[in-house]
Amino acid sequence: MTEPGMDLLMWARGTGFQIAIGVFLFGVALRLVEIFALGRKADVAPAKGDAVSGGFRTIFSRFVPAPGFAALLPVQVIGGTLFHFGLLFIVFFFIPHIAVIKDTFGLSWPGISSAVINALTVVTFAILVVLLVVRLRHPVRRYLSDFQDYLIWVLTVLPLVTGYMAFNAVGPYIPMLATHVLSAELLIALIPFTRLTHAFTWVSSRYYNGAFAGRKGTSS
Amino acid sequence: MNSAAVWRSRTGAWTRKVDDMANKPILKEVLRDRGVSRRGFMRYCATLTSLMALPAAMAPRVAQALEGAPRPSVIWLSFQECTGCTESITRSSAPTLEDLIFNAVSLDYHHTLQAASGHAAEAAREAAMKAQDGKYLLIVDGSIPLGNPGFSTIAGISNEDMLRDAAKGAAAVIAVGTCAAYGGLPMADPNPTGAVPVSHIVTDKPVVNIPGCPPIAAVMTGVLAHFLTFQKLPDLDEAGRPVVFYGDTIHDRCYRRPFYNQGLFAEGFDDEGARKGWCLFKVGCKGPVTRNACATIKWNGGVSFPIQSGHGCIGCSQPDFWDAGSLYTAVASPTADITPVAGIAAAAGIGAGVAVAALNLQAKKKAAAESTPVTVQELGGKQ
Repeated sequence: MTEPGMDLLMWARGTGFQIAIGVFLFGVALRLVEIFALGRKADVAPAKGDAVSGGFRTIFSRFVPAPGFAALLPVQVIGGTLFHFGLLFIVFFFIPHIAVIKDTFGLSWPGISSAVINALTVVTFAILVVLLVVRLRHPVRRYLSDFQDYLIWVLTVLPLVTGYMAFNAVGPYIPMLATHVLSAELLIALIPFTRLTHAFTWVSSRYYNGAFAGRKGTSS
Repeated sequence: MNSAAVWRSRTGAWTRKVDDMANKPILKEVLRDRGVSRRGFMRYCATLTSLMALPAAMAPRVAQALEGAPRPSVIWLSFQECTGCTESITRSSAPTLEDLIFNAVSLDYHHTLQAASGHAAEAAREAAMKAQDGKYLLIVDGSIPLGNPGFSTIAGISNEDMLRDAAKGAAAVIAVGTCAAYGGLPMADPNPTGAVPVSHIVTDKPVVNIPGCPPIAAVMTGVLAHFLTFQKLPDLDEAGRPVVFYGDTIHDRCYRRPFYNQGLFAEGFDDEGARKGWCLFKVGCKGPVTRNACATIKWNGGVSFPIQSGHGCIGCSQPDFWDAGSLYTAVASPTADITPVAGIAAAAGIGAGVAVAALNLQAKKKAAAESTPVTVQELGGKQ
């Protein structure tokens, strides 16, 4: 006879966490080696600009949407930007999350108020729902979406919802915390094997495009 | 005079006949003899009513039931335990009304508290079991070793045999303390004695679990009072605990909860946060995953409880709490070392990446070798 959800929580904190981190690191190493080993064709044309500065510039310039893009797709641009920042704050600045990171990697930094994180969770979730509705309502976007697009939406939303429920004591705490940890582990494990790979390739891919354009003397 | 001394002086020698127990005075007479005022008794009934989460209007009924309650026979068996549970229930400090309620039951066997020893003690237990067959309450503290009967015996009887024998004629079984309720420390990995909780052995009767290391005295007496008042056991949750005392987590009722909500945490036991009384989550408080009444009933007559004293809850009333990771690690933090896994996974990933890259290179070379130039004629063009 045990506390409901306790075995699951203990598994998630032990073996589950080891599996998630193991699969994640395996996937990240595989992806990075595979991508970088593809190499680049030698560009025999004389350089018209600097590749390195172009690369670094693009890493940052892509934070700003291309001209006209925001006006054309305001919901996606504004919503997309906001939910990414929401996730960033929720994942890395919620104090119990920092405690997990500190206990795992020894790194720690100041967090922000749990009440702010709580509100951010609601906003981020609402934006993700709006973005899903926009995707589903537009025939072309729906046509372009495949199973993986919906899968990564679910993978992203599950830890948000279960974390909110655990924090606000919606439902029994222990099973909810166990579900939250497990859903986060599922997300971590699948990052390298889905489009969520961009979580660790966005810098290098932006640099690649920027450097490519920079060498040609154009902006990217 | 502590309760053990009261017990010995009240009962005298243990050699009296068990049949006489039925003639013991009821609680009303015990209280009168002890000089407890009517007002004091009613205050205690109101507290009990509140503890049991009953409407305040029920207090007179509780008082009426307790006043006229017959004194049920109680047999207390101690197995693989440290006697901390007994210490908790008997050392309840002044006022000793809870203690009185405890004295209001007929404690017919308790090998720490009884004056008799050896065969006389065992004879008293057997006589009580016979005379009160089907009516007595069986209280157990400590776990039961199944690895080898010789690991723990009383008068040459193995714990398992004694429990099975005593449970047969019991009206109900109460497992007091985490060892009896969930195996506790003896059952912690690697469980050298093959310890099991009471509910593993007694499966045909209601078993009330009152976990805690030790449980709060008022919780133990509260369950007894409930039995005396309503002649039945309180409602239990999935883990066999009385919902009234174990319905909430420590975190739910903690006075430091607002600090958790605000994100104000102590980082150590002597930093500014600790001095300001902020939430102890980050220093390993198990309050969020622990069900008990410490934050409301508190200890030592309501004086304090661990969190109020500056230390996080260690989760002592939870199943498997000894094996639930460090007492000083946050409840959601990993319990396993990921370093070896991380190293192996990264190395395997790099290896797999190199293999995939080699395959990609091979495919590229093959495509280059097999490609043939397309002429304009083949495309249907005219020169």
